[in-house]
Amino acid sequence: MHKIFIRSFVSSLVFLFTFTVAAVAKDVKAAFVYIGPTGDHGWTYQHDVGRKAVEAAGYKTTYVEGVPESADAERVLRQLANSGHDVIFTTSFGYMNPTNKVAKEFPNVKFEHATGYKREHANVSTYAARFYEGRTILGTIAGSMTKSNVIGYVASFPIPEVIRGINSFTLAAQKVNPNIKTKIVWAFTWYDPGKEAEAAKALIDQGADIIAQHTDSTAIVQIAEKAGIFAFGQASDMDKFAPKAVLTSVENNWGPYYVDRVKAVANGTWNQKDTWHGIGDGMVVISDLDSAIPADVRAKVNQLEKDLASGKVHSFTGPIYDQKGNLMVAEGKTADDGMLAGMMTYVKGVEGDIPK
Amino acid sequence: MEYLWEEEKLIKIVKRDQPSRAIFFLTPVLAIFLTLVAGGLIFYILGFKPFEALKFFFIVPIADMYGFSELLLKATPLCLIAIGLSFCFKSNNWNIGAEGQLTFGAIISGGVALLFYDQEGFYILPIVILAGAIGGMLYASIPAILKTYFNTNEILVSLMLVYVSKLILDYLVVGPWSNPEGFNFPETRQFSDSARLPLLVEGLRIHAGIFLALAAVVISWFIFYKTYLGFQMKVSGFSLKTAKYAGYKGKKMIILVFLISGACAGLAGVGEITGPIGQLHREVSPDYGFTAIIVAFLGRLNPVGIIFASLVVAITYLGAETAQIFMQIPKYTGQVFQGMILFFLLASDYLLFFKIKFIGSKK
Repeated sequence: MHKIFIRSFVSSLVFLFTFTVAAVAKDVKAAFVYIGPTGDHGWTYQHDVGRKAVEAAGYKTTYVEGVPESADAERVLRQLANSGHDVIFTTSFGYMNPTNKVAKEFPNVKFEHATGYKREHANVSTYAARFYEGRTILGTIAGSMTKSNVIGYVASFPIPEVIRGINSFTLAAQKVNPNIKTKIVWAFTWYDPGKEAEAAKALIDQGADIIAQHTDSTAIVQIAEKAGIFAFGQASDMDKFAPKAVLTSVENNWGPYYVDRVKAVANGTWNQKDTWHGIGDGMVVISDLDSAIPADVRAKVNQLEKDLASGKVHSFTGPIYDQKGNLMVAEGKTADDGMLAGMMTYVKGVEGDIPK
Repeated sequence: MEYLWEEEKLIKIVKRDQPSRAIFFLTPVLAIFLTLVAGGLIFYILGFKPFEALKFFFIVPIADMYGFSELLLKATPLCLIAIGLSFCFKSNNWNIGAEGQLTFGAIISGGVALLFYDQEGFYILPIVILAGAIGGMLYASIPAILKTYFNTNEILVSLMLVYVSKLILDYLVVGPWSNPEGFNFPETRQFSDSARLPLLVEGLRIHAGIFLALAAVVISWFIFYKTYLGFQMKVSGFSLKTAKYAGYKGKKMIILVFLISGACAGLAGVGEITGPIGQLHREVSPDYGFTAIIVAFLGRLNPVGIIFASLVVAITYLGAETAQIFMQIPKYTGQVFQGMILFFLLASDYLLFFKIKFIGSKK
């Protein structure tokens, strides 16, 4: 009798304890605001993969997809902040001003804005990934494997993020093959399969035998597959959409960061930050290398990935010259984050001008 | 007369002589009712509780003062554009390009607002508003002039100009007008407070733009039903030949209705950028110009009807957000609802103007 009493007392204590711990640590709700549909297999898809990681870690999540960057964004944010969400991830640049505006009204809700630069209130953090590190890998593969020495690149908008990617790609390709040229077509869209396909065709007509992209749809790799040339996937592993063409993809891996930040909210350790993570922190992931990549290139790329992760190699190591031959980064130096954040000039070897 | 199943002639479709006026205004209500039923059915098939889903779609979003103010905010541009479009549609001019006229109006007024970005003054806002109306008129005059003098199809011209206007906006916000302190991101500076429409209630987003929409309702009602111009439009709408015989100056009227329509769309653009947004960027309007076509027809091209129609359509946007947040229903169902409203309206209109007769087999 006595024993049973003690046992049930202990077990109820344990139960009570786990219950309170769970209530304190896990009763945090995270919300995600997406620019596109979760099925785009690009930008939004990867953010949603990150959200699912948060769910798997035991937290409740909500998302709203297809939120335009018009006046509607502010309403969605306010509604999420108003309905018991403790942390809200806004995953497109155009949400920057609405995020900061709503953050001011809800000081107890944490806001995490992807790819922006405004942190006007203590409860706003920003985060982005060093995708250019991934592009250093792509450039190395492209430079090693091109036969025509013309590499195509479908770009979205002439902002530093995209220019930086083009530059890091071109620098890496030149390192293994000084004769290559990078031809750019500006699609002026992040996601428009039709436009992206047209851009890819134009590049193929100009002699490109490998195409890289800084837009989100799978149209480009599919065009490459049909044309019998190579391409690189963007944001998610696009291998299944073009198994022959896709050499590898640069994946956006937001899960670890999201889980980390939601946990920080739960533990009360969340603080304002500007995060810019790369391969080393696992925010940028290189997909499996295709069997079409020769063994020596493969070995080189694997080593490069390790060195980028450890910081032994930097994507922007001098000497780097711009198109006119002016020195941008001196020999032995690397570009600092300030320079990277504002990068608006092409390096030598990129063809054409940045649209103004 | 038209036969279905020509061989057997089972069904005959006959035009009705005089559709009843009561039914004319009741079919939109019927269309909304059918949309609710079909929507509930879709929710049920998707595995959601239909009544709960409809509640989150149509009641929860406007259950408080804030929600209601958001509804008015959303309905304002829709109402304004639809009023303008009704001038065109009543007179048999098919202006499909209100979205472009909105965008161009926003570009011109935004450009003016940017000129004054570091200044304050009471005179700034009126200039900015006027610029938007003029921008919309200029842009609408292109399909109007091409139609009157070169006999082009205004549907195609006005529609294709929508894409042109968005490209112009893209070019400006990416290039020459982008914020010099904004790291080249595609957006302009924020406008100064003097270029912003005043808020009606502090803390809510509802702004003075709603008065523009209400003024448009009153003025258009007066023109439609109390002026010679309104009568001319009505006659041209029924029969262009009759209008010609009556000696109406068709070309003048075409240009006039397009200008009015463009001005309204331009003002809707002004309302967005100087109201809730406060700057120019790539996404000024979530296709208000196209959605307003549904609003105009749902409101039966009647100014009062358009007020109700704009509220109904506005709630599909708000409801879609709420339903996704609270029930994880995909947000795109909002567009499905808009499509269904139009579909059911057109379907019931068909029955309004045509009778179906079952005449049996003649074999």
